[in-house]
Amino acid sequence: MGDIFVIAEHRNGEIRDITFEMLQKAGALAQDLSCNVSAVLLAGPNESFSSDLSKWADRVLVFEDERLKTYNSDLYTGILTALVREQQPFLTLVGHTSWGLDYAPALAVRTGFPLATDVNDILLEDGRPQVIRQMYGGKLFSRVSFEQSEGYMITVRPGVFQVDTAGDKTGTVVSQNLPEDLQSPRREFLEFEETAAGDVDITQADLLVSVGRGVGEADNISAVQELADLLGGTLSCSRPVVDKNWLPKYHQVGTSGKSVKPKVYLALGISGAFQHVAGITGADCVIAVNKDKKAPIFRVADYGIADDLFTVVEALKGKVKSA
Amino acid sequence: MNIIVCIKRVPLTQEVDLEIDDTGKKIKEDALAYVINDWDNYAIEAAVQLQEALGGDVTAVTIGCEDDEEVLRRALAMGADRAIRIDPGNLTPDGYLNARILAKSISELDYDLILTGVQSEDQNTGMVGIMLAEQLGLAHAAITNGLEPDDGAAKVRVELEGGIDEVSRVQLPALLTIQTGINEPRYVSIMGIRKAKKKELKVMSLEELGFTAEDLTPQTRIEEVFLPPETEGAEMIEGNPAEMAETIIRIMGEKGVTV
Repeated sequence: MGDIFVIAEHRNGEIRDITFEMLQKAGALAQDLSCNVSAVLLAGPNESFSSDLSKWADRVLVFEDERLKTYNSDLYTGILTALVREQQPFLTLVGHTSWGLDYAPALAVRTGFPLATDVNDILLEDGRPQVIRQMYGGKLFSRVSFEQSEGYMITVRPGVFQVDTAGDKTGTVVSQNLPEDLQSPRREFLEFEETAAGDVDITQADLLVSVGRGVGEADNISAVQELADLLGGTLSCSRPVVDKNWLPKYHQVGTSGKSVKPKVYLALGISGAFQHVAGITGADCVIAVNKDKKAPIFRVADYGIADDLFTVVEALKGKVKSA
Repeated sequence: MNIIVCIKRVPLTQEVDLEIDDTGKKIKEDALAYVINDWDNYAIEAAVQLQEALGGDVTAVTIGCEDDEEVLRRALAMGADRAIRIDPGNLTPDGYLNARILAKSISELDYDLILTGVQSEDQNTGMVGIMLAEQLGLAHAAITNGLEPDDGAAKVRVELEGGIDEVSRVQLPALLTIQTGINEPRYVSIMGIRKAKKKELKVMSLEELGFTAEDLTPQTRIEEVFLPPETEGAEMIEGNPAEMAETIIRIMGEKGVTV
């Protein structure tokens, strides 16, 4: 049987957490399948990530090149296609991250291996993988099987596999040569840009009063801002509010915004997409208010109110003013 | 600049109780309202804005049944010049098949840029756009939240995790998957949709595209769907508004937030 490949993700000189989460799951699957785990690293020369990875893998396959200091679609797809064709891994795991989403589907097409994305769990059924994933923004789960193939590909949702052990392997680092026919990249990296800087620092607040799509329209934000002020809290929001330009990006909580760690997170009209929930795992207590009693936010909240957010906002204002 | 934009009609499921149908493999869709996939709405707007600035044609493409033409008419009303609906017949394509079908239908067209949404609101796979790019041999960028044509290329901004954007230059022709928030999609009036009925809307079958049944084996299959467990999760606060407010303030106090 072929290996389980875990494609490492790194940015600004650091291996990203998703890599270790995937390695942890790969280790468990490899035990069941009696196969090896290979971490695959595409990096700049002498970036010395391989020793971190070797604790978690039987082999670390390393491609080093000046052009691999940061991610590039064409280089990743080209290099990994050649590697997968040569080594025929049984399973290839890629992070369901911005970069993973950028190359995994291309890699699947080029290698002909079937792909399942944004996966929450991986099962083995008669020696073939099946996956559990969510649909409709987390309102429905599905179990998905693959067409029979030599190998399978999965992008793994960040945060679903906990890293609960220290790596105890001593994998061999194997230096790899870049494929000779590697096409020159059609996409050129220019720069990273910070987008969430601003006047309000939501990461330091003890109380976040956070507003989502359920607020309905821009004019309704002021009612929630008033509540935040009355409670001595800070106003934050979920992605749709920023998409619609109702609040600036520095208020945004979630994967593409900021991770927060307040004592209390009051989520008003936020449905609870996983990208949002990933940003509030550090909150001590989450209180969610949503009209939809089946909104995914209630699965991660400590307390819930299935009601109109404005009813609760006005009641809270009344309570504070009368106190 | 000629642009193709791939779009989809999806059921509206927020604040709706989903029910699973008798097959156990999908939800009951009949009672649901349908809308343009949110990401695709931004993709149409991006295409139309480029066309307004630079000239050229915008073609909207969807795979779907007759009812799905609603989103094509919407795209036409927003400013697209023509639309194509590919009728999948009885086939329920997975992401991989959707990409193959789109690739075949687009391969004969003249384009500089293809735009899709990052993902669809129903399946949430996020794979169709990039698979389509690869089938057509195009450069691509996923999760684009900024886009500026630049001399045979496009300067694109893509969204990474943690409030960071990556800026890069992509050679054209290229495919970009468009993130929500990249622009402000224009309002579409009923009158606008009515007027757009004069524009060309072509319907094609899979046979007309040259597919045979064997060509169309999905790579993934949904074996079952299930609703998340309801009992798990939050302790629900009941009562009248004043009582609920009092409970919230008490909990906040217990957690060290005093008002």
